[in-house]
Amino acid sequence: MGWIGEIRLALRLLARDWRAGELTLLAVAVVVAVAGVTTVGFFTDRVHQALNRQANQLLGADLVVSADRPLDTQFATEATRMGLQVTHMLRFPSMAAGNGRNVLAEIKAVSAGYPQRGELRITDQLYAPDRRATSIPAPGTVWVDEKLLTRLQLKPGDVVEVGNSRLPVAAIITQEPDSAIGFINAGPRVMMNEADIAATGLVQVGSRIRYRVQVAGAAAAVDAYRAWVDARLQPGQRVESIQDARPEIRSALDRAEKFLNLAALFSVVLAAVAVALAARRFLQRHLDACAVMRCHGASRGRVVRLYVVQFIALGFVASIAGSVAGFLAQHALALWLGSLVTVELPGAGPMPAIHGFVTGLALLLGFSLPPLLALGKVPPLRVLRRDIGVPGGMGWFAYVLGAAVIAGLILWKAGELRLGLLVFGGFAAAMLVAGLLAWGVIIAVSQLQSSGVSWRFGMANLRRRRLASVLQVAALGVGVMALLTLTIIRGELLQLWQDSLPPDAPNRFIVNIQKDQIPALEKFFAAQKIAMPELHPMVRARLSKINERAVSSADYTDDRARRLADREFNLSWTTHMQKDNVLVAGQFWNVNEKNEPLRSDQFSMEDGIAKTLGIRIGDVLTFDSAGSSFAAEVTSLRKVDWDSFNVNFFLVAPPGLLEQQPVSFVTSFYLAPGNVELLNALVKQFPNFLLIDVAQVLNQVQSMITQVSRAVQFVFLFTLLAGLVVLYAAIASTQDERLYQATIMRTLGASRAQLARANIAEFAVIGALAGLIAAAGANALGYALASRIINVGYSFSLTVWAVGISCSIVGIAAAGYLGTRQVLRISPLRVLRQLS
Amino acid sequence: MVRVAQLTKQVTTGDSALTILRDVSFSIAAGEAVAVVGASGSGKSTLLGLLAGLDTPTSGSIHVDGQDLFALDEDGRAALRARLLGFVFQSFNLLPSMTALENVMLPLELAGAPDAANAARELLGRVGLAARLHHYPKQLSGGEQQRVAIARAFVTKPALLLADEPTGNLDAATGAGIIQLMFELNREQGATLILVTHDAELSQRCGRVLQLAGGMLQ
Repeated sequence: MGWIGEIRLALRLLARDWRAGELTLLAVAVVVAVAGVTTVGFFTDRVHQALNRQANQLLGADLVVSADRPLDTQFATEATRMGLQVTHMLRFPSMAAGNGRNVLAEIKAVSAGYPQRGELRITDQLYAPDRRATSIPAPGTVWVDEKLLTRLQLKPGDVVEVGNSRLPVAAIITQEPDSAIGFINAGPRVMMNEADIAATGLVQVGSRIRYRVQVAGAAAAVDAYRAWVDARLQPGQRVESIQDARPEIRSALDRAEKFLNLAALFSVVLAAVAVALAARRFLQRHLDACAVMRCHGASRGRVVRLYVVQFIALGFVASIAGSVAGFLAQHALALWLGSLVTVELPGAGPMPAIHGFVTGLALLLGFSLPPLLALGKVPPLRVLRRDIGVPGGMGWFAYVLGAAVIAGLILWKAGELRLGLLVFGGFAAAMLVAGLLAWGVIIAVSQLQSSGVSWRFGMANLRRRRLASVLQVAALGVGVMALLTLTIIRGELLQLWQDSLPPDAPNRFIVNIQKDQIPALEKFFAAQKIAMPELHPMVRARLSKINERAVSSADYTDDRARRLADREFNLSWTTHMQKDNVLVAGQFWNVNEKNEPLRSDQFSMEDGIAKTLGIRIGDVLTFDSAGSSFAAEVTSLRKVDWDSFNVNFFLVAPPGLLEQQPVSFVTSFYLAPGNVELLNALVKQFPNFLLIDVAQVLNQVQSMITQVSRAVQFVFLFTLLAGLVVLYAAIASTQDERLYQATIMRTLGASRAQLARANIAEFAVIGALAGLIAAAGANALGYALASRIINVGYSFSLTVWAVGISCSIVGIAAAGYLGTRQVLRISPLRVLRQLS
Repeated sequence: MVRVAQLTKQVTTGDSALTILRDVSFSIAAGEAVAVVGASGSGKSTLLGLLAGLDTPTSGSIHVDGQDLFALDEDGRAALRARLLGFVFQSFNLLPSMTALENVMLPLELAGAPDAANAARELLGRVGLAARLHHYPKQLSGGEQQRVAIARAFVTKPALLLADEPTGNLDAATGAGIIQLMFELNREQGATLILVTHDAELSQRCGRVLQLAGGMLQ
C-alpha cells in the first residue's frame, strides 16, 4: 500500500475512533489549550498596542525626537514617507507679562495636528466645564493654563506679552496630554501657534529651546522609524517613547503582560497534564487494536505510522478549532472590555493563531508520541494472552519528551529565560513533591487497619495501583490548584495589586523645600486639614568617579547611561529601606542597638541604574556637590517599585554622609481633583517650590490595572476549563479498570453499598491528598506572583487550605462515585462485555 | 502446509524454567482439518501462538507454506500472516470502537484491498449478520460477536485458519452453530484448519486429532 493509501486508512481509523468517542478527551484538551493560548496571544497583542497607545497619550505622540537645535528636515520627511503623522513643537522657558505683572512661564509652540495621542482640554472661563480642543491656538492668540491666569490675574481675552508679541488669551487649558513628562512643566503654561513664534523674537542663539518632532501611527511603522532614527542621532539629539519617559507606566505594562502570559502558561501546563492523561488512556484502550492489527499482518512500523498520522491529523483539526475559538473569544473579550479601554483596540495580527497552532501540535505530539511508539511494541501474542499488556518504557521516562515540550513552550511563551525557568522549575518541583507526598501517604494510609471491608478494599486499590494513583493525585492536585488559584487567589492578588495603588495615592510632588520652610509647611498643611506628608532629604550631586576612573558620558554608548553620566543625581539618606523597595544584592546597612548604621560611608543603589552604568557591589562612587566631594562604597542594590508613586531615590546613604552638603527636601501628597486653590495658595506662600503633577500618570496606571485585572479574569476562564478537563481526565484514567474490578466484586457477591463505600473511600483519600497539594501549590503560586510580579507582601490564605481540602474531598469523591456508578446499576455481564 | 519439527518452548519464572512444549513434531497437509486437544496447561494455546508466529520457540522450527517462520523477523512473520493466515479467538478480539462491518473490513484494509466494504458486507451476510452491519460489538450477543470474528477470519480467504477455543465463551447451542458455520466456510474456501479445543465432540469433526499432554504430543 502506498503512502496515500496509508494516510487514507489512518484517517478512516481516526474517524472510527472519533465516532466511538475515543478521542474526545484528547481533542478537548488540545482545543482548550490552543484556545487559551490564542486568546491571550490575540488579546495581549491588541491590548499591548492599545495600552501602549494609551500610555503614549502622556507623551502626546508615539515617539518624540528632540534636540537643543532645530532638527534636520529629514526627521520629518522620513516619518511622513513611512506613513506616520508628524507634528512639530518648540518649548522653552520665558517671561510672560500681563496686567502689569510678569512670571517665568513655559512656552509651547505647536503645529496643527497636536496632540496626536491623548486629549488637550480647554475651557472659556476659569472653573467652567471644559471640552476637548479640536484645534490648536489660532495664529495671533494664545491659550494659557490656570496657573498663568491666576499669577498674572488675567481673564480670558486679556493680552499676554511674550517677547515682542502681544497675544490675547483665547482659551484656558485644563488638561495637556504631555504635561507630566519629566520636570519641565514646572512653570505656568503659554501655548501658541508655531506660526507666531518668529515674531516673538525669542528664538535666538543661546535660547534654551527644545525642538521636537512628534510622530504617531501604526506600531510597526513607529518601530521602523525608531530604528531609523536611532542610527542617525547626533549628540544633543534624543528619541523617546513613553517607556523611556515614565518608568511607572513601563513597570505597570510589564506586570500586565507577565500576568496575562502566566495565565496562558498556566492553561497550557494544565492542558498538557490533560493531554498526557488522555494519551495514556488512549494507549491502554488501544492495546487490543494494535495486537489485532499485528496479528493481521501489520508490521510494527506500520502500526506506529498509522497512529502517528492519526494524531497529526487530530492535532491539526483540534489546533485549528482552538485557534478559531481563541479568535472568537478574544473578540468577545474586546467587546466586553470595550467600554473600559478608552482607545480603539487595533486589529489582531495572524501570529497568535500560528503560535496557538504550533502549541497545540507540540502538546499533542509531545505527550502522545511516547505512548504511540509504545503501541508499536504491543506483542501480537496479546490476542491469545490478554495479560500481556502495556509494553515497557511507559514509566516516567515516557514523559521526558512531554516534559521537554512543556519546558520549550514555557520558555517560548515566558519570553525570558528567568521567568520561564521559574515557572517550569516551580511546576516540575511541585509535581515531584506532589508525587512523592502522594506515594508516601498512599503507603501510610493503606497500612491503616480497619474492620470495614469497604475501606480495606478501597485502600487495597490505592496501594495496588500505586503509580496510577500517584499520577491521579498529582493531576487532580494541579486541576484543583487551578480552580483554587482562580477562585480565591486571583481575587486576592488582583485586590492586592489594586490596593498597591489606592485612590488616594500621592499625585503631587513638592520639590525644593528648604529646611527653614518646614515649620511653615507643616502649618500650611494643618490649616488645609491635610496630614503632613513625610519629607525626604535630597542632595544634588554629580557622579565624578567610579572607583578611580573619572566618569564621562563619552565612555558610554547607551543613551540612558550617557544622560545619567551628564546629569546631577538626587541622593538621600535614610536609616531603613523604604517599604516599596526590595533588596536584590548586598546588605542594607546593619544598625546597632541605637538604630544607627554601623558605618556611614556606604550607598544603596537602584538595581536598574547600577546595571546601566555598570556599577557593582563594592565599587566606590565619588560625587561632586557645590565644590566639595564625598565618596562611599556601594554595599547594596535595590529594586524600586516606581509605580508606587512614592518618593524614591536612585541612591541613598545612611545618615552621616550627606548632611554637610546643601540639602533640600522633597515630598509627595494626595490632592483631591479640582483643588486648584490649594496649589495656588501653596505657590503663593512658597514661591521657590517646584510642584510636579503626576495625577494623569497615576490615573493612567490605575485604569490600566483595572483593565488588566478584568482581562486576566477572562483569560483565567480558559485555565478553569483546562482545570476541569484535567479533573475529568484524571477520573477517567482509571475508570475501565475500576469498572472491571467492581464488576468482579459484584459477581462475587459484594453489595452495591459496599462497592459504593469502597469507591468513595478511595476517592476521598485521593481527594484529600489532591486538595492538600492544591492548597500548598495555590498558596505558593500566589506568593510567587505577589512577590515576583506585583511586588507586594502576601499572607498565606487559610481559606485556601480549608476550602481547597474540603471541596476537593467532597468533589472528587462525588465525581469518582458518579463515574463508577454505572457498575452499580447495570448487570455485571453487560459491563464485562463492554470491557472485553 | 505446516511442518513442525522438534518444537520446544520454555519460560523462566523466577529461578526455575518451565517447559511448556517439549520436542513437538508433526506435519499437516493442505486442506486438512486438525484438532489440537489436551487438558488446561497442556500447551495447546502456546502451540497455536507459535504456529501463528506470534511468539518464538526456545528451539525447533515451524515451516508454513514452505517458509521457515523463525527465519523471518517479527515484521516478516506479520507479512506472512497477512498473506496466509486467518484467526478465530476464544475472546473474539473485536475492536470496540469499530462496527461489525469495520471489524471485518480491517484485515482487507490493512492489506490495501480495493473493495473491502463489499467483501466484508458479503461475508457478514453469509454469517447471518446482514442486519447488524453497523452495530458495535457491545451491542451484539456473544454468538453474534463470534460470527463477526469468523467473518473477519475468512474475509481475506486465508490458506490456513487457526482457531483457539472458538466456542469457549459460548453456550452449547450457540457454540454448535458457530462450529457448523466455521466448517462450512472452511469447506467452501478449501482452507487448512487447525483448531485448539478441549471439546471432544468438536475434535471428532476434524480429520485428525493431535493430543497434547504435559507439553508433549501423545
